[in-house]
Formats: sequence, C-alpha cells, structure tokens
Amino acid sequence: MHPIVRTVIQRLLMGLFTLFVVSLIIFSSIELLPGDFGEAVLGQAATEETVTAFRRELGLDQPAYTRYFQWVAGVVQGDFGTSFSGRAASGIDRSRDVVDLIAPRLENTLFLAVMTALIAVPLALFLGITTALYRNTIYDRVVNAFTLTTIATPEFFVAYILILFFASLYQVFPSLANIEQSMSFGEKIYRSALPSLTLTLVIVAHMMRMTRAAIINLLASPYIEMARLKGVSSRRVILKHALPNAWAPIATVIAFNLAYLVVGVVVVEVVFVYPGIGQLMVDAVRTRDIPVVQACALFFAGTYIILNLVADIIGIITNPRLLHPR
Amino acid sequence: MSETETYSATAEVAQVRQRTSRGKRIWIDLKKAPISAWFGLIVISIYGLVAVFAPLLAPYDQADTSFGAYLPWGDGHLLGTDQIGRDFFSRLIYGARNTIGIALATTLLSFLVGGSLGLMAAISRNWIDQVLSRLVDVLMAIPSLIFALMLLSIFGSTTWGLIVIIAILDSTRVFRLTRAVSLNVVVMDYVEVAQLRGEKLGWVMRREILPNILPPLIAEFGLRFSFVFLTIAALSFLGVGIQPPTADWGSMVRENASLIQFAKYDILGAITPLLPAAAIALLTVAVNFVVDWFLHKTSGLKDEH
Repeated sequence: MHPIVRTVIQRLLMGLFTLFVVSLIIFSSIELLPGDFGEAVLGQAATEETVTAFRRELGLDQPAYTRYFQWVAGVVQGDFGTSFSGRAASGIDRSRDVVDLIAPRLENTLFLAVMTALIAVPLALFLGITTALYRNTIYDRVVNAFTLTTIATPEFFVAYILILFFASLYQVFPSLANIEQSMSFGEKIYRSALPSLTLTLVIVAHMMRMTRAAIINLLASPYIEMARLKGVSSRRVILKHALPNAWAPIATVIAFNLAYLVVGVVVVEVVFVYPGIGQLMVDAVRTRDIPVVQACALFFAGTYIILNLVADIIGIITNPRLLHPR
Repeated sequence: MSETETYSATAEVAQVRQRTSRGKRIWIDLKKAPISAWFGLIVISIYGLVAVFAPLLAPYDQADTSFGAYLPWGDGHLLGTDQIGRDFFSRLIYGARNTIGIALATTLLSFLVGGSLGLMAAISRNWIDQVLSRLVDVLMAIPSLIFALMLLSIFGSTTWGLIVIIAILDSTRVFRLTRAVSLNVVVMDYVEVAQLRGEKLGWVMRREILPNILPPLIAEFGLRFSFVFLTIAALSFLGVGIQPPTADWGSMVRENASLIQFAKYDILGAITPLLPAAAIALLTVAVNFVVDWFLHKTSGLKDEH
C-alpha cells in the first residue's frame, strides 16, 4: 500500500474513533443528571405515573449500552428524540421533535457560516500574502496592529461596537438579524451583514497572521535564497516557490478557523438575535432541555472534528515530508 | 564596595563576591522591559488593586437596587444606573473582583490538575501516560465553549460548577504543555539520581523537575488566564455563567445592551454597556503584553521577522 494512503487511512480511523468517544460523552450527559430530573422537567405537580411513563419513554428502565445503540441508530436516521420543553405535569405532551427544531436553524447557521467563510478566507489569504510580501512597511504594520486588536477583544465587544456605529449612529444595517425562510436571498444577506462582519473580523485576524508567519518562515529557507540569487522577482518567489510549500500550514489554519467560526457563531447569534443553532443551544442550556443540547453539541463537535480531520489530510497529501518520520 | 586607590590582588580575591539580591535583579529586568510590558504591568496592578479593594472603592453595593432605572451619567452616579436601578460604576468595580477572582481560581485549579497529571505522565511514561494522553486528545477534539455549555446544562450554573467545569476543560492544554516540557527534563541524570536515591514521586516532581520547567509554565499561566477570562465572560454574556445579582462584566454587557440603540440621543448612555467589554479587552491585551515580554526574556528569542 502506498504510504500516503496508509497515513490517510490511519488518520481517518483516528477521526472515527474520536467521533465515537465524543458521541459516548455526549450521550452519557443524560446519565449524569440527578435522579429526580423527571420531576424537574414535568413540574412539581407531576404524578408518579406520569414520571414513570416519562422515564420509560426515555428508556431509563433499560441498561445504558442498549440505550446508547438506540440513540446512535436514531441519530444516524436523523431522529434526535423529542424536546423536554412543552411537557406538562398532567401527562399531556406538546413537545416537538428535536429535528424539527434544529433543521431550519441549522440552515440559517450554515448560511451565516458560508457567507462569512466566502468573505474571510480570500481576504485573509490576500492580506497574509501581501503583508509577507511587503514586510515591515507601513501597510504591514497597520494590518498587524489592527488584527492584534481584534484578536484580543471578545466577539461580543466587536459585535456591539459594530452595532453602535453601523446600526445606531449611522443606520446602515439592521441590528437585529432576524431572518426568515420567506425572505429573498438579497434581503437575507442584507440582514446578516453585521453578524457576518463580526465573525469575519475575528477569524481574518488569526488566519492572516498564521498565513503571514507560514510564508515568512519559508522565506528563510535556503532554496528561496537560491531562487532570489538567480534573480527571480520577489512576487514570483512567493507565488511560485514559497506558496506551494505553505499550503499545508495554511490549510490547517483555514480549517482550524472555520471550526472556530462554527463555535464563534454561538455568541454572535445571541448578540444579533440570529435564529441559528447556536442560539437554540444557549436557550436549551438555560432551560436544561437535554435532548436539544445533545443534538446541538453533536453537530458542533462533529463539524469541529471533521474540519480538523480534513485539515490533517490536506496536510498529509500536500507535504511529502510528513511521510518520512524520523 | 569601596574604591581602593592602589590595586591589590589579595584584596580582590579576599573580597566576598556580593550577589545581587532577588529584588534588585527583578528591578534590573524591569528597567530593561519595553514600554508595552510596563503598560501591561501597570494595567494588571490597577485591576488587581481594584479587585482587592472593591468594597472600599465602590460608592454603593453591587446588588443595591434602590435607585431609578437607567439614570444618566453624573448626578451621584458616575456612570448612571442599569436596567433595575443599580449603580453602574459600583458594579463595574465589583465586576473586577468577581470576574477576575473566578477566572484566577479557575486557572489555578486547572494548573493544579493539568500540571500535576502532566508531570506524573512524563515521569512514569507507562500506561498512565498513555491513558491520560488519549483522554486529553479526545477532550480537546470538542470545542471547549460547546463542552462547557453541555456540562452547564447538566449541572446547572453555580459559581463552583463553573470553576470546576472550565478548569477541567482547560487543564487538558496545561497537561499537554507540562508533559511536553518535562519530557526533556525527566531524562536528565540528576532526575535519575534522585529516583535511585529513593525519593518519592512527589519530591522528584516538586524539587527536581518543577524548577526547570517553570518559565514556560508561568507564560502559559498568563495566556490560559486570559483565555479562561474570555470564556467565563462569554458564558456570563450568554446568561449561563455567573448568575445575578453577582456583578460580572459579561452579563453587564448583555443586560444593558439595549442602550446602544439610543446612541443618537445619548451617546454616553450608549457607551455604558461597552465599558465592561472594554475592560475585558484591556486586561486581555495587558496580560498578553506581559507574557510576550516574559517569554522573550526567558527564552532568549530574538524578534520575529
């Protein structure tokens, strides 16, 4: 077997194993709940029968491993169980399926994430490459100072400053990004402008700095000096000689930041009242609606793991040196 | 040391070589520190003083609701009052105490857990090391904010729960660093000598290895502190962190955020909810400045180019 294929397969198996353990951890969160949570969910007035029925519905009368496999089987088929909210002590069940809660919001979150990524990734690459090219000029210093500031500030600070300037003092964009299914595509983009801008500012800084660092690191290597001594122009040195070797670290940085984007979405969605999965998760945490929390956590953790997996595989494929460990 | 008029070799040899005292050495280092490090140190000390002396500095109590809601700046309330009539300036001061105190306790706990486990793994290098390292790999595969949210939904948002949950999630990173740096020290001869001498694990950890890995750990402490600080602020902002009536910068931003809408009519009022957020950002920047300087000094690295 080709060594590249073997390394990739090893990494894939490792990723699958991680996903398995993570699903185990998320599943066991319901085990850790205090014994009387049935009453906590159904209310003080719940009779013993309703509590027992509720526990049976959750399958708490069966051993944990049976329930784990049932849960995983359900998740694979898109069934995350039913929400805890909407259940009453009288036994009347108005709760909704978790999938119905999540599906429309997932779409919104992905819309925001994709929109941000489409702006942020090219911008960060452009800034990273140009600051490496024009190192130690005023342009480089200004970009660096600006990105350092945005890295150190919490997302909600960036978000509220943007609101202050673009929604309150000068009403360019709406401060509430309450998008709906019925809106046109342009309207959606207009309404999600500020949340997307906030996320862009936060992740561009990281991506740009690491792209710059990766290229500058490479510029110190002897083969670049050789190219320079041949008389190649500095633009060509960067684009033809440095960049191909920098793809692996840059891909890692991009995937890492996209993974961060998925998490950063939580805070930003709450600030702008954006109807996405992050806000759903925060609300579910507050009301301790465990099935919804589990589904959201699984989505976030899964995306995070898969993005990191993709980054590692790109790193392995584009960097032959990784194939020959010492 | 007195100046001698004529040079005498015997006198010079006889002279006891005076060691500069620790305080003096620190002062010499500080004098050479760049302006950013000075800025960071001063900001951190001011925050520390405010946090320690909060009850003396704050004009009102953090939970005192006996004033009108949303009073403007000035007139007995330096920064006005919040949505249920608590003095904003007092809450800002108490917020320093609560937010920094909780973040500090969390970081200390995470270093205690992660540091000692990391040292133990590096020394023993057996199945304990394997199990712990794999466990940390898996824990680090889940974004910590998401993990924290999940755990908080199970255990509820109490201050102690918050401290323990964030500390354990954060200790994974401390574990990795401690294990990595102590692996280089564990193979040294003097560690082997101590082990052969029959010293206990705790003694070897504390007296032989710890002093040699301290600089990177101290720098990491600063970075982890600012990270924990931001996480707790974010959680409180989301409403699942530090609970009212305890004043805390994250939730203060959230509670008064609606004031920003009225920036056209009252710019000072609109800035009010941004002040706690700015306080968070300033402390993070200050800690980063100091850590940069410290790393630069202890590692002997030259400026990056």
